[in-house]
Amino acid sequence: MKPVLEARGLSRSFGSVRALDACDFDVYAGEVVALIGDNGAGKSTLVKAMTGNLDVDAGSLLLDGEPVAFKSPQDASAVGIEVVHQDLALAPHLNPAQNMFLGREIMAKGLLGKLGFMDRAAMMRRSAESFADLGSAVRSLVTPVGSMSGGQKQSVAIARSVAWANRVLFLDEPTAALGVVQTANVLDMIRRVRNSGVAVVLISHSMPHVLEVADRVQVLRLGRRVATLPAAGATVEQLVGAMTGALDTKSGASS
Amino acid sequence: MTTATKATVEALVDSATSGDDQPWLKRLTALQSVWILGVLIVIVVIFGALSPTRFLTYSNLMNISQNVSIWAVLAVGMTFVIITSGIDLSIGSVLVFSSVIAAKVMEALGGEGWGTAIVGIVLSSACGVLWGVLNGVLVSKAKLPPLIVTLGTLSIALGAAQIITSGLDIRAVPTVLQDAIGYGRVFGIPVIALIALAIVLIGGTMLHRTRFGLYTFAIGSNAMAPLRVGINVDRNLIKIYALCGFLAGVAGVLSLSQYGTTTIAGQSLTNLNVIAAVVIGGTSVFGGQGSMFGSMVGLFIPAVLQSGFVITGVSPFWQTVAVGAILVAAVFVDQQRRAASLRGGKARK
Repeated sequence: MKPVLEARGLSRSFGSVRALDACDFDVYAGEVVALIGDNGAGKSTLVKAMTGNLDVDAGSLLLDGEPVAFKSPQDASAVGIEVVHQDLALAPHLNPAQNMFLGREIMAKGLLGKLGFMDRAAMMRRSAESFADLGSAVRSLVTPVGSMSGGQKQSVAIARSVAWANRVLFLDEPTAALGVVQTANVLDMIRRVRNSGVAVVLISHSMPHVLEVADRVQVLRLGRRVATLPAAGATVEQLVGAMTGALDTKSGASS
Repeated sequence: MTTATKATVEALVDSATSGDDQPWLKRLTALQSVWILGVLIVIVVIFGALSPTRFLTYSNLMNISQNVSIWAVLAVGMTFVIITSGIDLSIGSVLVFSSVIAAKVMEALGGEGWGTAIVGIVLSSACGVLWGVLNGVLVSKAKLPPLIVTLGTLSIALGAAQIITSGLDIRAVPTVLQDAIGYGRVFGIPVIALIALAIVLIGGTMLHRTRFGLYTFAIGSNAMAPLRVGINVDRNLIKIYALCGFLAGVAGVLSLSQYGTTTIAGQSLTNLNVIAAVVIGGTSVFGGQGSMFGSMVGLFIPAVLQSGFVITGVSPFWQTVAVGAILVAAVFVDQQRRAASLRGGKARK
C-alpha cells in the first residue's frame, strides 16, 4: 500500500536559515499521524510545503504514489487535502453553516442561483449532518460562531475541513486552547475522521494527546525527520527525547 | 447514520428553521435595529403629540420621504462598505463630480427630452463606478486604509468638479428629469422616493440574501476566513466600492432632478450624514455586522427630527445636536454588545 501523501527530501531555506533539510514525511489513509517537534523544528514549514502554501527549493510530493505539485492551497483542496489552521480562520459574525460552506455555497436552482441566491436549507441540513456525524458540540446552527466556546469553534473548523477533505486532514494544534472536556471531544472527532478512511496529520505539542489518538508519530528536529515510531508502546520520555535529540535515533527513520 | 445522530440533525435543523426564516440576521441585528426603531417611534410620537395637525400629515410624511431619498440611495452603498469594516468618505464629492459631468454633457447636447436625460443618467452612473473602482483598487490592491483613500478621492473628485465648472453650478438639467423624477408623483408618492425605495429593496436583498452579501459580511468579519477558502477578497472589495460609487452616481442624477442644478458646494457633509445614519442603524464600523433595515431607520431619525423641529418652532440647529448625541449613544450600545459577545466567546465551560 502506498502512502496517500508522501514528502521526499523537501528542502527550504529562508535566507541562511534552513527550515527544511531534506525532510521526509508519509501518511497512509485511515491513520492518525502525529507530527511533533520543538519550536522551530520545521513543523509549520513542512505542513505549508505539503498543502500548497509554500514553494520548496528541492524535493518532491507524491499523492497516492504519483508526483504532484500544489501551486496554491486551492490545488491541495481540489484533491481532498485540507488544513485546519491554528487561528481557525472562521468568520465570527457568521453562523456555523455559513462558515461551513463559505466559498463553496450551494446555490439555489435555476435563475435564482444565477442571480446569486443560495440554497440555505440545503446548507443548513448538510451542516447539521456533518456536525452530528462528528459528534460536534455545536448546538445551534444560527448562533454566530464568535459567541461560541473554543471547543465549538474548533469543531466547526474541523467539520468544515472534513467535509471537503477526502484524502488528508491536517490539524495544527487543535487542542492548544481547549479545556479537558472539549479536548476529549476534539480527539473523538479525530478518531471519527480517521475511521471514515481519511488520513489525519496531527500537529501538537501535547504529548499525552498525541499518544492518546495517534497511530504513528513522526518527529522533526532541525528541519529533518529524525524518528518514526508507532504510538502504541511509546512513552512521553521517548518522544521528548527524540524531539530534543537527547535520545538519538534508535528507532531509526532518518535514512 | 444512527437514530441518535438523525435526531441530532433534526434538532439542529429545527433550531435553524423555527421562527423567523432569517434567524441569523435577526440574531445579529435585532437588538440595535429594534432599539433604534424604538427611538424613531418615540420621536414620531412626541412630535405627533406636539403638533398633530401638521406633523402627522400625509404631505409632511411625503416631504420627509422626499428629503431622505438621495441619502437613502447613498446609504445602501455605504452599508455594504462599512460592513467590510471600510468607509467611503468620497460619496458626496463623487455625487458632485458625476452630476457635473452629466450636466456638462447634457448642456452641450441641448434638448429637454429623454434622449439627453438618458445620456446624463448613464454618464453619471459610469463616473460613479469609475471613482468606486479607483477607491476599491487602492483599498484592496494597494492596501491603503479606506479612510485615507476616500479622503483623497473626496478631495480629488470635488477639485476636479470645480476645475471643470470653475466652481459655478450648472443649471442645464433637462425638464423631463425635473418633471418626471424631481417633482413627479405616482399615486401621490414622490417618484424620487419610489426610486430610492426600489434601490433600497434591491440592495437589502443583495446584502442579506445573496452570496455577494454573504462575502461582504465575511470580509468584514475576518478577512482571513474568505481568503483561506480561496475567495477573491480583493475583487469583492473592488465590487463593493464600485457599487458604492455607482450609487453615488445615481444619487447625482437624483440630485440634478430634484434641485435642477449641480450642488457643488452643497454636499460637503453628505458623507458624514450618511455614515452617521448607517452607524446609528446598527452597522458596526468594526465590520461584520449590519443591516439595510437598520440603515433606513437610522436615516429617518435626522430627517424626522429636522421636520419636527421646524414644525414645532424649535431652532433646527438642535437637530444637529440631537443626531450627534444619538450617534454616540448608538455606538456606545454597539460597543457594549461587542464586549458582551466577546466575553461569551471566551467563556470556558
